[in-house]
Amino acid sequence: MSQDVELDGVTMRFGAVTAVRDVSLVVKAGEFFSFLGPSGCGKTTILRILSGFTEPSAGAVRIGGRDMAGIGPNGRPTALIFQNLALFPLMSVWENIAFGLEVRGVGKAERRKRAEALLDLIALPDAADKRIDELSGGMKQRVAIARALAVEPQVMLLDEPLSALDLKLRQHMRAELRAIQKKTGVTFIYITHDQGEAFTMSDRVAVMSRGVLEQVGPPKAIYDDPATPFVATFVGENNAFTGPVALLADGVAAVETPFGPLRGRAGPGLASGAAAVLFVRPERLREATPGDGANRLAGRVTHVDFEGNFANVFLKGPDGSAILVQLANDGSGEPPPEGATMDIAFDPANAVVLPDGPRARS
Amino acid sequence: MSEVFRRYGAPLGLMILLLTGIWVVAMVVLPYFVMVEYSFHPNLPGPEIGGPKDIYTLDNYASLFRGIDILAWDFPDDFRVFLRTIWGSAVVTAVCLVVCYPVAFYLAKVATPDRVGFLLLLLVVPFWINEILRTFSWYIILAFNGPLNAVLLALGLLDKPVRWLSGSGGVLIGMTYAFLLFMMFPLYNALQTLDRNQIEAARDLGAPGWRIHWRIVIPHAKPGIAVGCIMVFVLAASSYVVPALLGSPGTRWFTETIYQWFFEGQNWPRGSAYAFVLLGLCVAFILAMMRIFRVGLTDIAK
Repeated sequence: MSQDVELDGVTMRFGAVTAVRDVSLVVKAGEFFSFLGPSGCGKTTILRILSGFTEPSAGAVRIGGRDMAGIGPNGRPTALIFQNLALFPLMSVWENIAFGLEVRGVGKAERRKRAEALLDLIALPDAADKRIDELSGGMKQRVAIARALAVEPQVMLLDEPLSALDLKLRQHMRAELRAIQKKTGVTFIYITHDQGEAFTMSDRVAVMSRGVLEQVGPPKAIYDDPATPFVATFVGENNAFTGPVALLADGVAAVETPFGPLRGRAGPGLASGAAAVLFVRPERLREATPGDGANRLAGRVTHVDFEGNFANVFLKGPDGSAILVQLANDGSGEPPPEGATMDIAFDPANAVVLPDGPRARS
Repeated sequence: MSEVFRRYGAPLGLMILLLTGIWVVAMVVLPYFVMVEYSFHPNLPGPEIGGPKDIYTLDNYASLFRGIDILAWDFPDDFRVFLRTIWGSAVVTAVCLVVCYPVAFYLAKVATPDRVGFLLLLLVVPFWINEILRTFSWYIILAFNGPLNAVLLALGLLDKPVRWLSGSGGVLIGMTYAFLLFMMFPLYNALQTLDRNQIEAARDLGAPGWRIHWRIVIPHAKPGIAVGCIMVFVLAASSYVVPALLGSPGTRWFTETIYQWFFEGQNWPRGSAYAFVLLGLCVAFILAMMRIFRVGLTDIAK
């Protein structure tokens, strides 16, 4: 039913600006795949290239092995869900859903039947004759999905469709989208700047920055093993310690930082003496115990944000650098008071060392 | 009303209301009332006005329709002119719609903002010239020995020159030109509010261009189409200058008939009655448009 989507060296230039630079990847049939990145990273351009509204300046898009060059949006086996949904306000719900079938010359009775079947799928069985403006945000969302599914696309393209919803509904719709994708087996390609959305729904995530593909992988790999400083800082919170590589052996690298040498897992492309960054997640830092030898640092507590299930402790190192420690509210102790000095440590396996490079703006 | 008082205070507010009231009554209500009154009286010489012969009558209205013989397809002159005015105005309206729709769509949804400004300027500039001058320029263009015939002959599209001004052609061309913008702007405004994503969504679902227009763009533009049609039809039906300048004796317009009854026939009651028939026609057209396009008065006011 669904097919692989292949981007092969796709580049998009608008005048002097390169919006997408040499992106190559394969989205597997039936996969829920997300493009994650800040606004202006080129993810929406990729979506428009996939849907056929824009032709790439260079490179090819293949769906099921077929080159899509010269095939417009109405000839592609894709269906796009717009950020603002773009439901047709002058048509009833079922006419919206059946529009793609109407275009294909399906008779009215059959159209109605298939629209009703889709309304069952999205759990809105009684909405067929409602007007669009009678629906709530979440219902509109589902109708947009049903309208796209009606043309039986091999690939669904979704352009941040949840961004207009409030938080509760957004979280609910994540689960629902995932369920619909599982049920239909259609390949979903999802565009978002929200890592929570990308992580909870996707089989794999592609992180983009300034038109360049930074990393592709399952959510956990993106979070735990960032491939570039951009991914490490854009996805979640991270503490960064910069300095030259002092030691590189057995997959472990030591970085010479103001706190002394700190060790972590060596990422790709490191060279001894070259500028590098050690990243360690706030939740992987802990209060040091007397047994901790290496990988120790200390800072003065500037303030503490209590969030409920955890507390963010903001520290200032002797060189003025900011460090964030996240302490789980697991009954093991109280966070230190402001002004106190806190000794912290981390396991080298919980840190990653990467060649220095551009980071995400925070 | 209370808003006026709240904003300007009682004395100034009262003044504003009073002046507006005087304006409406003296300039709008009273003249109409006098005309209505005229239209229901016989045309009498001065001394007999107010006398026993001065009674209320429907004769002035009835005279327009008197002598119609549908079976013989025979109509009295005034009624023939009335029918021609309806037919001609409808043709002008239809032509304006057909000409404006693609242009308005291009302006609203295709052209870049710089180009829109330039094109709108080009559309508006001719209308800075007085209507009579504009109409006269068409008189020159369409003349037997005028530039239009010369160009068409030179291009080999005509064997011999055409008398554009002898039939209804000149009037229809002149009116289409004169009232084009009254169709263009309502359409342009309506189309501008159409979300481009709607068009793209329809395309993405596989719709070819004509179906996108039929199912998405035209339904969205309905209020604009209705307003444009109403404007053009009403202006065409009540136009005097264009038929007077570009018409021939065989193509009299109903406005000219009304003028003749007033000033040549010295029959003000008959003229008033005919004027109200024209008003009735326009109101009927407006109501029909509202019904056909299912738009309300508030949509039109927008």
